[in-house]
Amino acid sequence: MTVTILRRLLSVLPVMGVVAVCVFSLLHLAPGDPAAIIAGDNATPANIAAIRIQLGLDQPIWWQFLVWIGTLLHGDLGTSMFWGDSVFSLVQQRAAPTISLAFTTLVVAVSIALVLGVLAAARAGTWIDRFVMAFAALGFSVPVFVVGYFLIFLFAIQLRWLPVQGFTPITEGLWPWLRNLILPSIALGLAYVALIARITRTAMLDVLAEDYMRTARAKGVAVRPMLFKHALKNAAVPVVTVIGNGVALLIGGVVITETVFNIPGIGRLVVDAIARRDYPIIQGVILLFSGVYVLVNLLVDLSYTLFDPRVRG
Amino acid sequence: MRRHATLVVGATVLAIVVALAIAAPWISPDPMRLAPADRLLPPSAQHLLGTDHLGRDVYARALYGARISLIVGVSVAALSVAAGLLIGLVAGYWPPVDLVVMRVMDGMMAIPAILLAIALVSLNKASIFIVIVAISLPEIPRVVRLVRAVVLTVRERPYIEAAISGGTRGSKIIWRHILPSTVPPLIVQSTYVIASAILIEAGLSFLGAGVPPDIPTWGNMIASSRLFIARAPWTVFVPGGALALVILAVNLLGDALRDRLDVRLMRRVS
Repeated sequence: MTVTILRRLLSVLPVMGVVAVCVFSLLHLAPGDPAAIIAGDNATPANIAAIRIQLGLDQPIWWQFLVWIGTLLHGDLGTSMFWGDSVFSLVQQRAAPTISLAFTTLVVAVSIALVLGVLAAARAGTWIDRFVMAFAALGFSVPVFVVGYFLIFLFAIQLRWLPVQGFTPITEGLWPWLRNLILPSIALGLAYVALIARITRTAMLDVLAEDYMRTARAKGVAVRPMLFKHALKNAAVPVVTVIGNGVALLIGGVVITETVFNIPGIGRLVVDAIARRDYPIIQGVILLFSGVYVLVNLLVDLSYTLFDPRVRG
Repeated sequence: MRRHATLVVGATVLAIVVALAIAAPWISPDPMRLAPADRLLPPSAQHLLGTDHLGRDVYARALYGARISLIVGVSVAALSVAAGLLIGLVAGYWPPVDLVVMRVMDGMMAIPAILLAIALVSLNKASIFIVIVAISLPEIPRVVRLVRAVVLTVRERPYIEAAISGGTRGSKIIWRHILPSTVPPLIVQSTYVIASAILIEAGLSFLGAGVPPDIPTWGNMIASSRLFIARAPWTVFVPGGALALVILAVNLLGDALRDRLDVRLMRRVS
Protein backbone atom coordinates (compact mmCIF):
# COMPACT_ATOMS: atom_id res chain seq x y z
CA MET A 1 0.00 0.00 0.00
CA THR A 2 2.80 2.44 0.90
CA VAL A 3 4.38 1.68 -2.46
CA THR A 4 1.12 2.46 -4.27
CA ILE A 5 0.77 5.77 -2.44
CA LEU A 6 4.43 6.68 -3.01
CA ARG A 7 4.16 5.89 -6.72
CA ARG A 8 1.04 8.03 -6.97
CA LEU A 9 2.77 10.88 -5.13
CA LEU A 10 5.73 10.73 -7.52
CA SER A 11 3.42 10.77 -10.55
CA VAL A 12 2.57 14.38 -9.66
CA LEU A 13 6.08 15.49 -10.62
CA PRO A 14 5.93 14.88 -14.42
CA VAL A 15 2.43 16.38 -14.56
CA MET A 16 3.48 19.57 -12.81
CA GLY A 17 6.64 19.59 -14.94
CA VAL A 18 4.55 19.61 -18.11
CA VAL A 19 2.32 22.33 -16.66
CA ALA A 20 5.41 24.43 -15.89
CA VAL A 21 6.80 23.97 -19.42
CA CYS A 22 3.43 24.91 -20.96
CA VAL A 23 3.04 28.01 -18.82
CA PHE A 24 6.63 29.05 -19.48
CA SER A 25 6.35 28.60 -23.23
CA LEU A 26 3.08 30.56 -23.30
CA LEU A 27 4.98 33.75 -22.77
CA HIS A 28 8.36 32.86 -24.22
CA LEU A 29 7.50 31.00 -27.40
CA ALA A 30 4.55 33.20 -28.37
CA PRO A 31 5.09 35.23 -31.53
CA GLY A 32 6.70 38.59 -30.86
CA ASP A 33 9.08 39.83 -28.22
CA PRO A 34 7.74 39.17 -24.70
CA ALA A 35 9.52 42.28 -23.47
CA ALA A 36 7.68 44.36 -26.09
CA ILE A 37 4.37 42.70 -25.18
CA ILE A 38 4.92 43.41 -21.49
CA ALA A 39 6.07 46.96 -22.11
CA GLY A 40 2.81 47.70 -23.92
CA ASP A 41 1.95 49.71 -27.00
CA ASN A 42 3.50 53.03 -25.96
CA ALA A 43 6.93 51.74 -24.93
CA THR A 44 10.19 53.23 -26.16
CA PRO A 45 13.02 50.93 -27.33
CA ALA A 46 14.88 51.84 -24.12
CA ASN A 47 11.92 50.65 -22.00
CA ILE A 48 11.84 47.39 -23.88
CA ALA A 49 15.59 46.86 -23.50
CA ALA A 50 15.35 47.52 -19.75
CA ILE A 51 12.53 45.03 -19.36
CA ARG A 52 14.44 42.47 -21.40
CA ILE A 53 17.39 42.65 -19.01
CA GLN A 54 15.14 42.80 -15.94
CA LEU A 55 13.42 39.58 -17.02
CA GLY A 56 16.68 37.93 -18.06
CA LEU A 57 15.43 37.62 -21.64
CA ASP A 58 18.94 38.23 -22.96
CA GLN A 59 19.94 34.79 -21.59
CA PRO A 60 19.54 31.52 -23.53
CA ILE A 61 16.03 30.06 -23.29
CA TRP A 62 16.96 26.87 -21.38
CA TRP A 63 18.78 28.99 -18.78
CA GLN A 64 15.74 31.26 -18.40
CA PHE A 65 13.60 28.18 -17.82
CA LEU A 66 15.94 26.81 -15.14
CA VAL A 67 16.13 30.17 -13.38
CA TRP A 68 12.34 30.43 -13.46
CA ILE A 69 11.88 26.89 -12.07
CA GLY A 70 14.42 27.73 -9.37
CA THR A 71 12.47 30.79 -8.22
CA LEU A 72 9.22 28.81 -8.38
CA LEU A 73 10.65 26.14 -6.10
CA HIS A 74 11.42 28.90 -3.63
CA GLY A 75 7.72 29.73 -3.62
CA ASP A 76 8.24 32.85 -5.73
CA LEU A 77 5.56 33.19 -8.42
CA GLY A 78 7.04 36.41 -9.79
CA THR A 79 6.18 40.09 -9.44
CA SER A 80 3.13 41.84 -10.86
CA MET A 81 3.96 44.35 -13.60
CA PHE A 82 1.07 46.59 -12.55
CA TRP A 83 0.95 46.34 -8.76
CA GLY A 84 4.67 45.88 -8.17
CA ASP A 85 3.80 43.37 -5.44
CA SER A 86 4.68 39.70 -5.51
CA VAL A 87 2.09 37.55 -7.23
CA PHE A 88 2.03 35.32 -4.17
CA SER A 89 0.98 38.13 -1.82
CA LEU A 90 -1.65 39.38 -4.31
CA VAL A 91 -3.12 35.88 -4.52
CA GLN A 92 -3.06 35.64 -0.75
CA GLN A 93 -4.99 38.92 -0.39
CA ARG A 94 -7.63 37.70 -2.83
CA ALA A 95 -7.83 34.14 -1.53
CA ALA A 96 -10.63 34.49 1.06
CA PRO A 97 -13.51 35.27 -1.37
CA THR A 98 -12.45 32.54 -3.80
CA ILE A 99 -12.06 29.91 -1.07
CA SER A 100 -15.44 30.92 0.40
CA LEU A 101 -17.11 30.58 -2.99
CA ALA A 102 -15.40 27.26 -3.72
CA PHE A 103 -16.34 25.91 -0.30
CA THR A 104 -20.05 26.80 -0.41
CA THR A 105 -20.32 25.63 -4.02
CA LEU A 106 -18.70 22.28 -3.27
CA VAL A 107 -20.85 21.61 -0.21
CA VAL A 108 -24.14 22.65 -1.83
CA ALA A 109 -23.47 21.09 -5.23
CA VAL A 110 -22.18 17.74 -4.02
CA SER A 111 -24.99 17.20 -1.51
CA ILE A 112 -27.73 18.16 -3.99
CA ALA A 113 -26.13 16.07 -6.74
CA LEU A 114 -25.83 12.95 -4.60
CA VAL A 115 -29.47 13.13 -3.50
CA LEU A 116 -30.65 13.72 -7.08
CA GLY A 117 -28.47 10.94 -8.48
CA VAL A 118 -29.55 8.38 -5.85
CA LEU A 119 -33.21 9.33 -6.26
CA ALA A 120 -33.02 9.03 -10.04
CA ALA A 121 -31.40 5.59 -9.79
CA ALA A 122 -33.82 4.33 -7.13
CA ARG A 123 -36.79 5.48 -9.20
CA ALA A 124 -35.26 4.68 -12.59
CA GLY A 125 -37.68 5.11 -15.47
CA THR A 126 -40.20 7.22 -13.52
CA TRP A 127 -40.86 10.93 -13.92
CA ILE A 128 -38.38 11.68 -11.08
CA ASP A 129 -35.62 10.02 -13.10
CA ARG A 130 -36.61 11.88 -16.25
CA PHE A 131 -36.76 15.18 -14.38
CA VAL A 132 -33.26 14.68 -12.93
CA MET A 133 -31.83 13.72 -16.33
CA ALA A 134 -33.48 16.69 -18.04
CA PHE A 135 -32.18 18.99 -15.30
CA ALA A 136 -28.69 17.52 -15.82
CA ALA A 137 -28.83 18.08 -19.58
CA LEU A 138 -29.86 21.69 -18.98
CA GLY A 139 -27.22 22.22 -16.29
CA PHE A 140 -24.50 21.16 -18.73
CA SER A 141 -25.70 23.53 -21.40
CA VAL A 142 -26.37 26.90 -19.78
CA PRO A 143 -23.20 28.99 -19.38
CA VAL A 144 -22.29 30.12 -15.86
CA PHE A 145 -22.79 33.80 -16.66
CA VAL A 146 -26.21 33.24 -18.21
CA VAL A 147 -27.38 31.39 -15.08
CA GLY A 148 -25.76 34.13 -12.99
CA TYR A 149 -27.57 37.03 -14.67
CA PHE A 150 -30.83 35.08 -14.62
CA LEU A 151 -30.50 34.59 -10.85
CA ILE A 152 -29.54 38.24 -10.34
CA PHE A 153 -32.50 39.39 -12.41
CA LEU A 154 -34.99 37.14 -10.63
CA PHE A 155 -33.85 37.08 -7.00
CA ALA A 156 -31.98 40.35 -6.64
CA ILE A 157 -33.66 42.80 -9.01
CA GLN A 158 -37.27 41.55 -9.24
CA LEU A 159 -37.84 39.86 -5.86
CA ARG A 160 -35.13 41.77 -3.93
CA TRP A 161 -34.44 38.78 -1.70
CA LEU A 162 -30.68 38.77 -2.06
CA PRO A 163 -27.95 41.30 -2.88
CA VAL A 164 -27.06 41.80 -6.56
CA GLN A 165 -23.33 41.35 -6.15
CA GLY A 166 -20.33 41.84 -3.88
CA PHE A 167 -18.64 39.97 -1.09
CA THR A 168 -18.69 40.31 2.73
CA PRO A 169 -15.92 38.68 4.77
CA ILE A 170 -17.03 35.96 7.19
CA THR A 171 -15.62 38.05 10.06
CA GLU A 172 -18.66 40.34 9.68
CA GLY A 173 -21.05 37.54 10.49
CA LEU A 174 -22.19 34.25 9.04
CA TRP A 175 -25.42 35.46 7.39
CA PRO A 176 -23.97 38.56 5.66
CA TRP A 177 -21.20 36.29 4.33
CA LEU A 178 -23.56 33.56 3.20
CA ARG A 179 -26.15 35.97 1.74
CA ASN A 180 -23.66 37.17 -0.86
CA LEU A 181 -22.58 33.65 -1.73
CA ILE A 182 -25.96 31.99 -2.35
CA LEU A 183 -26.54 33.14 -5.94
CA PRO A 184 -22.90 32.77 -7.10
CA SER A 185 -22.73 29.26 -5.62
CA ILE A 186 -25.87 28.19 -7.47
CA ALA A 187 -24.61 29.68 -10.75
CA LEU A 188 -21.17 28.12 -10.41
CA GLY A 189 -22.44 24.81 -9.08
CA LEU A 190 -25.13 24.06 -11.64
CA ALA A 191 -22.91 22.32 -14.21
CA TYR A 192 -21.13 20.52 -11.38
CA VAL A 193 -24.45 19.25 -9.98
CA ALA A 194 -25.40 18.03 -13.46
CA LEU A 195 -22.08 16.21 -13.87
CA ILE A 196 -22.13 14.50 -10.46
CA ALA A 197 -25.85 13.66 -10.47
CA ARG A 198 -25.42 11.93 -13.81
CA ILE A 199 -22.46 9.78 -12.77
CA THR A 200 -24.09 9.02 -9.39
CA ARG A 201 -27.18 7.73 -11.18
CA THR A 202 -25.11 5.51 -13.50
CA ALA A 203 -22.91 4.16 -10.71
CA MET A 204 -25.94 3.53 -8.47
CA LEU A 205 -27.77 1.67 -11.22
CA ASP A 206 -24.75 -0.65 -11.56
CA VAL A 207 -24.58 -1.24 -7.80
CA LEU A 208 -28.33 -1.73 -7.36
CA ALA A 209 -28.18 -4.58 -9.88
CA GLU A 210 -25.64 -6.47 -7.72
CA ASP A 211 -26.57 -9.61 -5.79
CA TYR A 212 -25.67 -8.18 -2.39
CA MET A 213 -28.25 -5.44 -2.84
CA ARG A 214 -30.90 -8.09 -3.39
CA THR A 215 -29.68 -9.78 -0.23
CA ALA A 216 -29.89 -6.51 1.72
CA ARG A 217 -33.42 -5.96 0.51
CA ALA A 218 -34.36 -9.56 1.30
CA LYS A 219 -33.12 -9.39 4.86
CA GLY A 220 -35.20 -6.27 5.35
CA VAL A 221 -32.79 -3.32 5.43
CA ALA A 222 -34.87 -0.13 5.29
CA VAL A 223 -34.86 1.65 1.94
CA ARG A 224 -33.03 4.84 2.89
CA PRO A 225 -30.07 3.26 4.73
CA MET A 226 -29.87 0.68 1.96
CA LEU A 227 -29.56 3.35 -0.70
CA PHE A 228 -27.34 5.84 1.06
CA LYS A 229 -25.15 3.50 3.15
CA HIS A 230 -24.85 0.21 1.31
CA ALA A 231 -25.29 1.27 -2.28
CA LEU A 232 -23.77 4.76 -2.34
CA LYS A 233 -20.63 3.59 -0.57
CA ASN A 234 -20.09 0.95 -3.23
CA ALA A 235 -20.76 3.48 -5.98
CA ALA A 236 -18.26 5.89 -4.43
CA VAL A 237 -15.20 5.30 -6.62
CA PRO A 238 -16.57 6.57 -9.96
CA VAL A 239 -18.49 9.34 -8.17
CA VAL A 240 -15.46 10.61 -6.27
CA THR A 241 -13.38 10.42 -9.46
CA VAL A 242 -15.84 12.69 -11.25
CA ILE A 243 -16.01 15.05 -8.26
CA GLY A 244 -12.22 15.37 -8.61
CA ASN A 245 -12.12 15.73 -12.41
CA GLY A 246 -15.02 18.17 -12.24
CA VAL A 247 -12.95 20.57 -10.15
CA ALA A 248 -11.57 21.76 -13.52
CA LEU A 249 -15.11 22.92 -14.28
CA LEU A 250 -15.28 24.86 -11.02
CA ILE A 251 -11.88 26.48 -11.57
CA GLY A 252 -12.87 27.71 -15.02
CA GLY A 253 -16.24 28.82 -13.68
CA VAL A 254 -14.77 30.74 -10.74
CA VAL A 255 -13.12 33.22 -13.11
CA ILE A 256 -16.44 34.01 -14.78
CA THR A 257 -18.61 33.84 -11.64
CA GLU A 258 -16.43 36.35 -9.83
CA THR A 259 -16.82 38.73 -12.76
CA VAL A 260 -20.61 38.35 -12.87
CA PHE A 261 -21.08 38.83 -9.12
CA ASN A 262 -18.24 41.31 -8.68
CA ILE A 263 -16.44 39.17 -6.11
CA PRO A 264 -12.89 40.42 -5.45
CA GLY A 265 -11.21 37.00 -5.61
CA ILE A 266 -8.40 35.31 -7.50
CA GLY A 267 -10.58 34.98 -10.60
CA ARG A 268 -11.07 38.74 -10.76
CA LEU A 269 -7.34 39.20 -10.22
CA VAL A 270 -6.68 37.26 -13.45
CA VAL A 271 -9.41 38.96 -15.46
CA ASP A 272 -8.07 42.38 -14.47
CA ALA A 273 -4.55 41.17 -15.24
CA ILE A 274 -5.61 40.24 -18.79
CA ALA A 275 -6.87 43.74 -19.43
CA ARG A 276 -3.54 45.14 -18.13
CA ARG A 277 -1.46 42.43 -19.84
CA ASP A 278 0.05 41.63 -16.46
CA TYR A 279 1.64 38.33 -17.51
CA PRO A 280 3.30 37.34 -14.23
CA ILE A 281 -0.13 37.26 -12.58
CA ILE A 282 -1.66 35.26 -15.45
CA GLN A 283 1.23 32.77 -15.33
CA GLY A 284 1.19 32.53 -11.55
CA VAL A 285 -2.55 31.97 -11.25
CA ILE A 286 -2.59 29.36 -14.05
CA LEU A 287 0.19 27.50 -12.23
CA LEU A 288 -1.65 27.81 -8.93
CA PHE A 289 -5.01 26.60 -10.29
CA SER A 290 -3.34 23.72 -12.15
CA GLY A 291 -1.60 22.79 -8.91
CA VAL A 292 -4.91 22.79 -7.05
CA TYR A 293 -6.43 20.55 -9.72
CA VAL A 294 -3.51 18.10 -9.55
CA LEU A 295 -3.63 18.10 -5.74
CA VAL A 296 -7.40 17.49 -5.60
CA ASN A 297 -7.07 14.57 -8.00
CA LEU A 298 -4.17 13.19 -6.00
CA LEU A 299 -6.35 13.26 -2.88
CA VAL A 300 -9.18 11.63 -4.84
CA ASP A 301 -6.88 8.78 -5.92
CA LEU A 302 -5.65 8.31 -2.38
CA SER A 303 -9.24 8.31 -1.08
CA TYR A 304 -9.97 5.14 -3.10
CA THR A 305 -8.20 3.20 -0.39
CA LEU A 306 -10.82 4.46 2.08
CA PHE A 307 -13.80 3.46 -0.04
CA ASP A 308 -12.51 0.31 -1.59
CA PRO A 309 -10.18 -1.96 0.40
CA ARG A 310 -9.40 -3.91 -2.79
CA VAL A 311 -7.31 -0.99 -4.06
CA ARG A 312 -4.94 -1.30 -1.08
CA GLY A 313 -3.50 -4.63 -2.30
CA MET B 1 -38.63 6.06 -29.06
CA ARG B 2 -37.64 8.77 -26.58
CA ARG B 3 -34.06 8.63 -27.84
CA HIS B 4 -35.35 9.07 -31.33
CA ALA B 5 -37.14 12.21 -30.14
CA THR B 6 -33.97 13.80 -28.68
CA LEU B 7 -32.11 13.14 -31.93
CA VAL B 8 -34.84 14.81 -33.97
CA VAL B 9 -35.22 17.77 -31.57
CA GLY B 10 -31.47 18.38 -31.35
CA ALA B 11 -30.93 18.12 -35.09
CA THR B 12 -33.94 20.31 -35.92
CA VAL B 13 -32.95 23.11 -33.55
CA LEU B 14 -29.40 23.09 -34.94
CA ALA B 15 -30.61 23.05 -38.54
CA ILE B 16 -32.80 26.09 -37.88
CA VAL B 17 -29.97 27.99 -36.15
CA VAL B 18 -27.52 27.18 -38.97
CA ALA B 19 -30.07 28.32 -41.57
CA LEU B 20 -30.72 31.59 -39.66
CA ALA B 21 -26.99 32.23 -39.27
CA ILE B 22 -26.34 31.75 -42.99
CA ALA B 23 -29.35 33.82 -44.01
CA ALA B 24 -28.55 36.63 -41.54
CA PRO B 25 -27.67 39.36 -44.11
CA TRP B 26 -31.00 38.85 -45.95
CA ILE B 27 -33.35 38.47 -43.01
CA SER B 28 -32.09 41.05 -40.53
CA PRO B 29 -31.13 44.74 -40.39
CA ASP B 30 -27.52 45.93 -40.06
CA PRO B 31 -26.16 44.61 -36.72
CA MET B 32 -23.64 47.49 -36.46
CA ARG B 33 -25.98 50.44 -37.10
CA LEU B 34 -25.97 52.81 -34.12
CA ALA B 35 -29.19 54.67 -33.33
CA PRO B 36 -28.72 56.59 -30.08
CA ALA B 37 -32.33 57.81 -30.20
CA ASP B 38 -33.61 54.23 -30.18
CA ARG B 39 -31.64 52.89 -27.22
CA LEU B 40 -32.99 50.07 -25.02
CA LEU B 41 -36.27 49.75 -26.92
CA PRO B 42 -38.36 46.71 -25.97
CA PRO B 43 -39.19 44.11 -28.67
CA SER B 44 -41.55 45.51 -31.32
CA ALA B 45 -42.48 45.01 -34.96
CA GLN B 46 -39.61 47.24 -36.03
CA HIS B 47 -37.02 45.66 -33.70
CA LEU B 48 -38.11 42.05 -33.26
CA LEU B 49 -36.01 41.51 -30.12
CA GLY B 50 -35.55 45.13 -29.07
CA THR B 51 -32.41 47.28 -29.14
CA ASP B 52 -29.34 47.52 -26.91
CA HIS B 53 -27.80 50.49 -25.10
CA LEU B 54 -26.40 51.89 -28.36
CA GLY B 55 -29.66 51.39 -30.23
CA ARG B 56 -28.35 48.40 -32.17
CA ASP B 57 -30.86 45.74 -33.23
CA VAL B 58 -30.61 42.77 -30.83
CA TYR B 59 -32.21 40.33 -33.29
CA ALA B 60 -29.63 41.16 -35.97
CA ARG B 61 -26.73 40.94 -33.53
CA ALA B 62 -27.99 37.60 -32.19
CA LEU B 63 -28.11 36.16 -35.73
CA TYR B 64 -24.59 37.36 -36.50
CA GLY B 65 -23.46 36.09 -33.10
CA ALA B 66 -24.69 32.62 -34.07
CA ARG B 67 -22.18 32.65 -36.94
CA ILE B 68 -19.22 33.06 -34.58
CA SER B 69 -20.45 30.39 -32.17
CA LEU B 70 -21.04 27.89 -34.98
CA ILE B 71 -17.80 28.64 -36.84
CA VAL B 72 -15.76 28.38 -33.66
CA GLY B 73 -17.57 25.23 -32.49
CA VAL B 74 -17.12 23.35 -35.76
CA SER B 75 -13.54 24.54 -36.40
CA VAL B 76 -12.42 23.64 -32.89
CA ALA B 77 -13.95 20.18 -33.26
CA ALA B 78 -12.24 19.64 -36.64
CA LEU B 79 -8.86 20.90 -35.43
CA SER B 80 -8.76 19.12 -32.07
CA VAL B 81 -10.14 15.85 -33.44
CA ALA B 82 -7.61 15.85 -36.31
CA ALA B 83 -4.68 16.58 -33.98
CA GLY B 84 -5.93 14.26 -31.24
CA LEU B 85 -6.54 11.43 -33.71
CA LEU B 86 -3.02 11.64 -35.10
CA ILE B 87 -1.36 11.78 -31.67
CA GLY B 88 -3.66 9.12 -30.21
CA LEU B 89 -3.07 6.64 -33.05
CA VAL B 90 0.70 6.95 -32.82
CA ALA B 91 0.74 6.85 -29.01
CA GLY B 92 -1.61 3.90 -28.78
CA TYR B 93 0.34 1.85 -31.29
CA TRP B 94 3.91 2.50 -30.13
CA PRO B 95 4.33 2.07 -26.33
CA PRO B 96 7.53 4.17 -25.97
CA VAL B 97 5.78 7.17 -27.59
CA ASP B 98 2.74 6.46 -25.43
CA LEU B 99 4.69 6.85 -22.20
CA VAL B 100 5.87 10.35 -23.05
CA VAL B 101 2.72 11.54 -24.83
CA MET B 102 0.38 10.52 -22.02
CA ARG B 103 2.42 12.38 -19.40
CA VAL B 104 2.25 15.50 -21.59
CA MET B 105 -1.52 15.03 -21.99
CA ASP B 106 -1.95 14.62 -18.21
CA GLY B 107 -0.16 17.92 -17.74
CA MET B 108 -2.26 19.69 -20.37
CA MET B 109 -5.45 18.37 -18.76
CA ALA B 110 -4.39 19.92 -15.47
CA ILE B 111 -4.37 23.45 -16.93
CA PRO B 112 -7.81 25.08 -16.73
CA ALA B 113 -9.03 25.32 -20.35
CA ILE B 114 -10.48 28.79 -20.08
CA LEU B 115 -7.36 30.24 -18.45
CA LEU B 116 -5.07 28.68 -21.06
CA ALA B 117 -7.30 30.07 -23.81
CA ILE B 118 -7.38 33.51 -22.15
CA ALA B 119 -3.59 33.58 -21.92
CA LEU B 120 -3.13 32.48 -25.54
CA VAL B 121 -5.61 35.02 -26.87
CA SER B 122 -4.26 37.90 -24.81
CA LEU B 123 -0.70 37.18 -25.97
CA ASN B 124 -1.68 37.43 -29.62
CA LYS B 125 -3.62 39.93 -31.69
CA ALA B 126 -7.29 39.09 -31.19
CA SER B 127 -8.70 37.20 -34.18
CA ILE B 128 -11.12 34.35 -34.79
CA PHE B 129 -8.22 32.14 -35.83
CA ILE B 130 -6.35 32.64 -32.53
CA VAL B 131 -9.55 31.99 -30.57
CA ILE B 132 -10.06 28.71 -32.45
CA VAL B 133 -6.48 27.57 -31.82
CA ALA B 134 -6.62 28.65 -28.17
CA ILE B 135 -9.80 26.66 -27.53
CA SER B 136 -8.60 23.63 -29.54
CA LEU B 137 -5.39 23.11 -27.58
CA PRO B 138 -7.01 22.20 -24.24
CA GLU B 139 -9.53 19.93 -26.06
CA ILE B 140 -6.81 17.78 -27.65
CA PRO B 141 -5.88 15.63 -24.59
CA ARG B 142 -9.41 14.27 -24.23
CA VAL B 143 -9.48 13.22 -27.89
CA VAL B 144 -6.03 11.63 -27.53
CA ARG B 145 -7.18 9.60 -24.51
CA LEU B 146 -10.26 8.40 -26.35
CA VAL B 147 -8.38 7.38 -29.51
CA ARG B 148 -5.64 5.72 -27.49
CA ALA B 149 -8.19 3.68 -25.52
CA VAL B 150 -9.70 2.44 -28.79
CA VAL B 151 -6.27 1.59 -30.24
CA LEU B 152 -5.24 -0.31 -27.10
CA THR B 153 -8.39 -2.46 -27.29
CA VAL B 154 -8.29 -3.04 -31.04
CA ARG B 155 -4.58 -3.82 -31.07
CA GLU B 156 -5.18 -7.08 -29.19
CA ARG B 157 -7.65 -8.39 -31.78
CA PRO B 158 -6.63 -11.47 -33.83
CA TYR B 159 -6.87 -9.68 -37.18
CA ILE B 160 -4.20 -7.21 -36.13
CA GLU B 161 -1.97 -10.04 -35.02
CA ALA B 162 -2.57 -11.66 -38.39
CA ALA B 163 -1.66 -8.46 -40.20
CA ILE B 164 1.54 -8.09 -38.17
CA SER B 165 2.63 -11.67 -38.77
CA GLY B 166 1.80 -11.19 -42.44
CA GLY B 167 4.44 -8.46 -42.50
CA THR B 168 2.14 -5.45 -42.95
CA ARG B 169 3.83 -2.15 -42.12
CA GLY B 170 2.79 -0.41 -38.89
CA SER B 171 1.51 2.70 -40.67
CA LYS B 172 -0.66 0.58 -42.94
CA ILE B 173 -2.09 -1.40 -40.00
CA ILE B 174 -3.04 1.84 -38.29
CA TRP B 175 -4.58 3.33 -41.41
CA ARG B 176 -6.46 0.28 -42.71
CA HIS B 177 -7.29 -1.74 -39.61
CA ILE B 178 -7.34 0.54 -36.56
CA LEU B 179 -8.53 3.92 -37.86
CA PRO B 180 -12.05 2.72 -38.80
CA SER B 181 -12.78 1.64 -35.19
CA THR B 182 -12.09 5.15 -33.92
CA VAL B 183 -14.71 6.76 -36.15
CA PRO B 184 -17.95 6.12 -34.17
CA PRO B 185 -16.59 7.29 -30.79
CA LEU B 186 -14.98 10.31 -32.48
CA ILE B 187 -18.28 11.35 -34.05
CA VAL B 188 -19.84 11.38 -30.59
CA GLN B 189 -16.82 13.11 -29.04
CA SER B 190 -16.90 15.85 -31.71
CA THR B 191 -20.40 16.85 -30.67
CA TYR B 192 -19.23 17.26 -27.07
CA VAL B 193 -16.20 19.23 -28.28
CA ILE B 194 -18.50 21.54 -30.25
CA ALA B 195 -20.66 22.16 -27.17
CA SER B 196 -17.63 22.80 -24.98
CA ALA B 197 -16.01 25.10 -27.59
CA ILE B 198 -19.17 27.22 -27.93
CA LEU B 199 -19.29 27.49 -24.14
CA ILE B 200 -15.64 28.54 -23.85
CA GLU B 201 -15.83 30.98 -26.77
CA ALA B 202 -18.81 32.64 -25.11
CA GLY B 203 -16.85 32.80 -21.85
CA LEU B 204 -13.82 34.36 -23.58
CA SER B 205 -15.97 36.96 -25.36
CA PHE B 206 -17.76 37.68 -22.10
CA LEU B 207 -14.44 38.29 -20.33
CA GLY B 208 -13.21 40.49 -23.18
CA ALA B 209 -10.53 38.02 -24.30
CA GLY B 210 -12.29 36.69 -27.39
CA VAL B 211 -12.67 37.73 -31.01
CA PRO B 212 -12.22 41.47 -31.77
CA PRO B 213 -14.96 43.40 -29.91
CA ASP B 214 -16.44 44.93 -33.08
CA ILE B 215 -17.69 41.48 -34.16
CA PRO B 216 -20.99 40.70 -32.41
CA THR B 217 -20.88 37.46 -30.40
CA TRP B 218 -23.33 36.13 -27.84
CA GLY B 219 -20.65 36.46 -25.15
CA ASN B 220 -19.74 40.10 -25.81
CA MET B 221 -23.41 41.05 -26.28
CA ILE B 222 -24.05 39.91 -22.71
CA ALA B 223 -20.91 41.62 -21.44
CA SER B 224 -21.81 44.98 -22.95
CA SER B 225 -25.47 44.81 -21.90
CA ARG B 226 -25.12 43.55 -18.36
CA LEU B 227 -25.34 46.99 -16.76
CA PHE B 228 -28.76 47.49 -18.38
CA ILE B 229 -30.22 44.17 -17.26
CA ALA B 230 -32.85 45.78 -14.99
CA ARG B 231 -34.12 48.21 -17.65
CA ALA B 232 -33.71 46.00 -20.71
CA PRO B 233 -33.50 42.32 -19.73
CA TRP B 234 -33.88 41.22 -23.38
CA THR B 235 -30.40 42.56 -24.17
CA VAL B 236 -28.93 39.90 -21.83
CA PHE B 237 -31.44 37.07 -22.13
CA VAL B 238 -31.70 36.93 -25.94
CA PRO B 239 -28.01 36.03 -26.42
CA GLY B 240 -28.07 34.01 -23.17
CA GLY B 241 -31.09 32.00 -24.25
CA ALA B 242 -29.57 31.46 -27.70
CA LEU B 243 -26.39 30.09 -26.12
CA ALA B 244 -28.29 27.73 -23.82
CA LEU B 245 -30.53 26.52 -26.65
CA VAL B 246 -27.71 25.79 -29.10
CA ILE B 247 -25.47 24.09 -26.54
CA LEU B 248 -28.41 22.03 -25.28
CA ALA B 249 -29.25 20.98 -28.85
CA VAL B 250 -25.65 19.92 -29.51
CA ASN B 251 -25.52 17.97 -26.23
CA LEU B 252 -28.83 16.23 -26.96
CA LEU B 253 -27.54 15.29 -30.39
CA GLY B 254 -24.38 13.91 -28.82
CA ASP B 255 -26.29 11.81 -26.25
CA ALA B 256 -28.61 10.46 -28.93
CA LEU B 257 -25.67 9.59 -31.21
CA ARG B 258 -23.87 7.90 -28.34
CA ASP B 259 -26.83 5.62 -27.69
CA ARG B 260 -27.32 5.06 -31.42
CA LEU B 261 -23.72 4.18 -32.20
CA ASP B 262 -23.43 2.14 -28.99
CA VAL B 263 -20.08 3.60 -28.04
CA ARG B 264 -19.19 1.64 -24.92
CA LEU B 265 -15.75 3.16 -24.54
CA MET B 266 -17.15 6.62 -24.03
CA ARG B 267 -18.11 6.17 -20.43
CA ARG B 268 -14.66 5.18 -19.34
CA VAL B 269 -12.92 8.05 -21.06
CA SER B 270 -15.10 11.11 -20.78
